[in-house]
Amino acid sequence: MNNFQYVRAEGLDGAARFVAGHVGAKFIGGGTNLVDLMKYNVEKPSSLVDLNRLSMRDVSELPDGGLRIGALVTNSDVAYHPTVSTRYPLLSRAILAGASAQLRNKATTGGNLLQRTRCVYFYDTATPCNKREPGTGCPAKEGINRTLAILGTSVSCIATHPSDMCVALGALGAVVQVTGPGGSRSIPFEQFHRLPGDHPEIDTTLAADEIITSVDLPRTGFAGHSAYIKVRDRQSYAFALVSVAAGLEVADGVIAKAGVALGGVAHKPWRNPQLEQELLVGRPANRDTYHEFQRALLAGAQGFGENDFKLKLAPVTVVRALEQAAHEGEQA
Amino acid sequence: MNTHLIGTDVNRIDGPAKVSGAAKYAAEFFASDMLYAVVVSGAIAHGEVDSIDTAAAMKVPGAMEVFSHKNRPHMAWFNKSYLDEDAPTDGKPLRPLYDEKIHHSGQPVALCVAETFEAARAMSRLVEVSYKALTHQTDMTFAVQEAKKVEKSNRAGIEPPPKNRGNSAQAYADAPVKLAKGYLSPTEIHNPIELFATTVVVNEDETMTIYDKTQSVSNSQLLVCNALGLYKDDVRVESPFVGGAFGSALRPQYQLILATMAAKALKRSVRLTLTRDQMFTLSHRPETLQEIRLGADTDGTLLAMHNESLQATSRYENYFEVIANWSGLSYLCENATMEEKTVSMDISTPGDMRAPGAVQGVWAIETAMDELAIATGRDPVDLRLQNYAEKDQNHDKKYSSKELKACYAQGAAMFRWNERKPTPRTERRGTALVGRGMAGGVWESPQMPASAKATLAPDGTLTIASGTADIGTGTYTVMAILAGEALGLPLAKVIVKLGDSELPVAPLEGGSWTVSSVGTAVTEACKAVAEKVFKLASGLDDSPLKHASFKDVEFVNERISLRSDAAKFVTLAAALASGDGEPIAEKTKAGPNFLKQHGYKSYTHSAVFAEVEVDEDFGTVSVCRVVSAIAGGRIINHEAARSQILGGVVWGIGMALQEQAETDHQFGRIMNHNLAEYHVSVNADVHDIEVIFVKEEDNIVNPIGAKGLGEIGLVGVAAAIGNAIYNATGKRIRELPITLDKLI
Ligand SMILES: Cc1cc2nc3c(=O)[nH]c(=O)nc-3n(C[C@H](O)[C@H](O)[C@H](O)COP(=O)(O)OP(=O)(O)OC[C@H]3O[C@@H](n4cnc5c(N)ncnc54)[C@H](O)[C@@H]3O)c2cc1C
Ligand code: SF4
Repeated sequence: MNNFQYVRAEGLDGAARFVAGHVGAKFIGGGTNLVDLMKYNVEKPSSLVDLNRLSMRDVSELPDGGLRIGALVTNSDVAYHPTVSTRYPLLSRAILAGASAQLRNKATTGGNLLQRTRCVYFYDTATPCNKREPGTGCPAKEGINRTLAILGTSVSCIATHPSDMCVALGALGAVVQVTGPGGSRSIPFEQFHRLPGDHPEIDTTLAADEIITSVDLPRTGFAGHSAYIKVRDRQSYAFALVSVAAGLEVADGVIAKAGVALGGVAHKPWRNPQLEQELLVGRPANRDTYHEFQRALLAGAQGFGENDFKLKLAPVTVVRALEQAAHEGEQA
Repeated sequence: MNTHLIGTDVNRIDGPAKVSGAAKYAAEFFASDMLYAVVVSGAIAHGEVDSIDTAAAMKVPGAMEVFSHKNRPHMAWFNKSYLDEDAPTDGKPLRPLYDEKIHHSGQPVALCVAETFEAARAMSRLVEVSYKALTHQTDMTFAVQEAKKVEKSNRAGIEPPPKNRGNSAQAYADAPVKLAKGYLSPTEIHNPIELFATTVVVNEDETMTIYDKTQSVSNSQLLVCNALGLYKDDVRVESPFVGGAFGSALRPQYQLILATMAAKALKRSVRLTLTRDQMFTLSHRPETLQEIRLGADTDGTLLAMHNESLQATSRYENYFEVIANWSGLSYLCENATMEEKTVSMDISTPGDMRAPGAVQGVWAIETAMDELAIATGRDPVDLRLQNYAEKDQNHDKKYSSKELKACYAQGAAMFRWNERKPTPRTERRGTALVGRGMAGGVWESPQMPASAKATLAPDGTLTIASGTADIGTGTYTVMAILAGEALGLPLAKVIVKLGDSELPVAPLEGGSWTVSSVGTAVTEACKAVAEKVFKLASGLDDSPLKHASFKDVEFVNERISLRSDAAKFVTLAAALASGDGEPIAEKTKAGPNFLKQHGYKSYTHSAVFAEVEVDEDFGTVSVCRVVSAIAGGRIINHEAARSQILGGVVWGIGMALQEQAETDHQFGRIMNHNLAEYHVSVNADVHDIEVIFVKEEDNIVNPIGAKGLGEIGLVGVAAAIGNAIYNATGKRIRELPITLDKLI
């Protein structure tokens, strides 16, 4: 770890302006990802602007019936919040499938969105990595890529976004509220994370000096029919190889509304609302429907050797998650 | 009060110190003028350090020195100065910072020393190292052509394969049932939670007290004195507590030499702790490939056995462990060939890791035996009974005891083995296929020479001292139990001192021989004390023991009483009061009784039964139930013994399903070098585990009849789980770990 300046943010504007004015300055939330990366010499911030004294710790109802989760609410507090667990069980389940209790107690909502890939090369400064040092190359493509992407990859990077929470937020259609020196804006979840393209060093559409203030959930949250399935190498404390967040509204055996997102397969939670409309909504809630949807959603998936198994695993996980969501509440 | 504690459940006597933080580990000792050191690890697998620029590092406030091969203080020149007690005798141990040569990725290339840890770490980021890389090889599949046959032993007790028995090639050719398969096991990393660390305290008279994470203080002392030209009298090594080691601290690791070198050069105390990623650059369980061929009669009777085993080693030391031999040891078979080969690569030297060699060797043969059971339509337990050996097949010697049949029987009963469906894929629970499997396990139980001292103070407190280590296994407690038993004292009156080079010398703490070796020495030292106490007791006026001899009395509940009539006794206090007021001290050296052990070999045995659920779509495996039945001689502390087996089973689950160092062969570097990516089992992976200790009497193995249980709990577990996975899915996976991608 290198020396850095520590600044405690007293207000949103001041914090954003500080980062705008200082090269290499970064915000810190729970620190569970950033501090690790500093120890590995991957992140070398000149200053850390600590957001923890700011008042973004509330979960509150929005006028339109949605729910606002402050950026500093910890992952544990979100997962166990009574409104979240009753109205958005998908989100609770996804969060609780991630990390460990200790980490979830510390990790914040804002930080979770911005956690970086777990690609092993990204973490090891003795090796090249386009995401860490643009232009050095991507050894993962022909190397260790068991956990990496099969969709939306680019020549320069095949990393995955490792979050569980974000997969549920993707399926729910959340909106990210941000504020910066240039003012505030709302970013629909699908536009928040980006694909690697030629700039794998950039994970999101957030500017370096913008602060996430909250994540807003829509009015309805698939409370009756949802499932989060995370397939991983051990039963806890491991990142997803493939995960699926599926939410459905079903009436008389027919799907009325759907939200399906995948984790562990791409540089961002993988979702395609148009396909949901075309291939799920209005169709019978059965395996045939799910299979047809899965084939379209995963079209073009490509393995890189070690991760070829995801080409088999992803389809069955999508189908299982949709089945489980559809049957939620029924007696086994 | 009861001073007969052998075989009961005794809490660790060091437990309160451990949970309250009073127990100190190597990196927790402190000296007022202490400096901190951080190692810079090399980035390439093979080549040379070309240049090192330390200018920026030395500008960090608090910087003291950057040591590298260019400016290091004097180190010994002769190779033999670096041979620790566990080193292969024909190798060239790595000498940290000795020269510019790089032998493996992660090798230390510089040491930054500063007034604070933070400054030393900041320096380590600023040292600029450039390399001249040479081609490297870390992929065993490509290095195979260079494999060398193991012909002779280069470490005590590690044997090359025995001579061929019979004619296995012919017997195999003639056998009606044939099986020929390859079994691949990966590199595994020890990863004890306590990081390797050394704190060197430089005393006022310039002698040093070195707190080292080690499984042998005398081994650390030997190495550091030889390598750095120090006198044994000037160097005391202490290691009172060790936060896990699993064999990784049998050989002192490089931080010992580096920290001591810095302390000597700078004449200041120094602390050096390795990082978790550096822990992946030390010793490890070697990758192995075993080609097994079994020939059998149609009823499963073994006719021929072959194991050609290949294991990875470094280029600078031809380390090897015993792998193939386990195939030929335990089953009756007149024709057997075992061959061991090593393949040298640009990796760090492997090292002993819990049940070294047996873990891989037994996994392969016990998997193959399951395959033979399937091929011959036999029940796996019956097949093993059919080929049961009453003699050690490799050495053609009798077993000092072998209650393995009782393990099979009692394990099978508790597990309800009879509920197993022989045909795979017949039982389901929800989306999961259910399967059951079993395997046998075996590990040796040798006794080594060891010394111990027992000192009985006039107030009746006893102090036991031995240089051995307690690596978390419960050595403190076991020694207290044995001492209390010998002298009829409650635990509260027994003080145990371990892990100090000034104490009587003990062997390396490993190999499951500590209870057997040090325990025997402690018992004998206590007996010698008891004889003196008896003299005092029988010499008292009106002593009821006046006409008794030592063998007529027993020491129980702080009394010396007649065996024939417990009402006739002298209290320990009364006996001691009649002495000269000086402590009674006895030091003994105990070793194996060759006369008694001649013609015998000693092993612990196990039968492991496992039930798994395998999700058909996802290939995820849940090990819902394990029963481990152990024949381990006399059990001294039932609680600690059970804990050892539970820990072994948990490790076995990890070995079967998760553990694996992932090497990028392009860089010749292990890449998953942290505990988030290197997976071991977590609580959620561990379900029901039952442990059975079958009754096993053995008065040949050593005088106390205990065999040591550090390793046996792990052996056999991975095979039992793999066999259960086969029973569930019909898929035979011969490459560990059995990750889900191999099952879908
Ligand atoms: C061993 C381990 C296992 C894990 N396993 C899982 C898992 O299985 N599933 C999973 O989903 N996650 C897992 N995690 C990741 C964990 O969820 C993240 O580390 C955590 O959510 C990050 O939150 P934080 O508040 O600590 O972020 P920080 O580390 O504080 O910050 C992360 C990034 O976000 C930025 N940032 C933080 N807050 C804001 C804000 N309000 N506005 C703008 N920028 C901000 C920081 O500048 C930094 O770049 C694991 C982590 C570890 C260490
Ligand atoms: S996949 Fe991305 S993060 Fe991984 S090595 Fe390639 S560029 Fe780096």
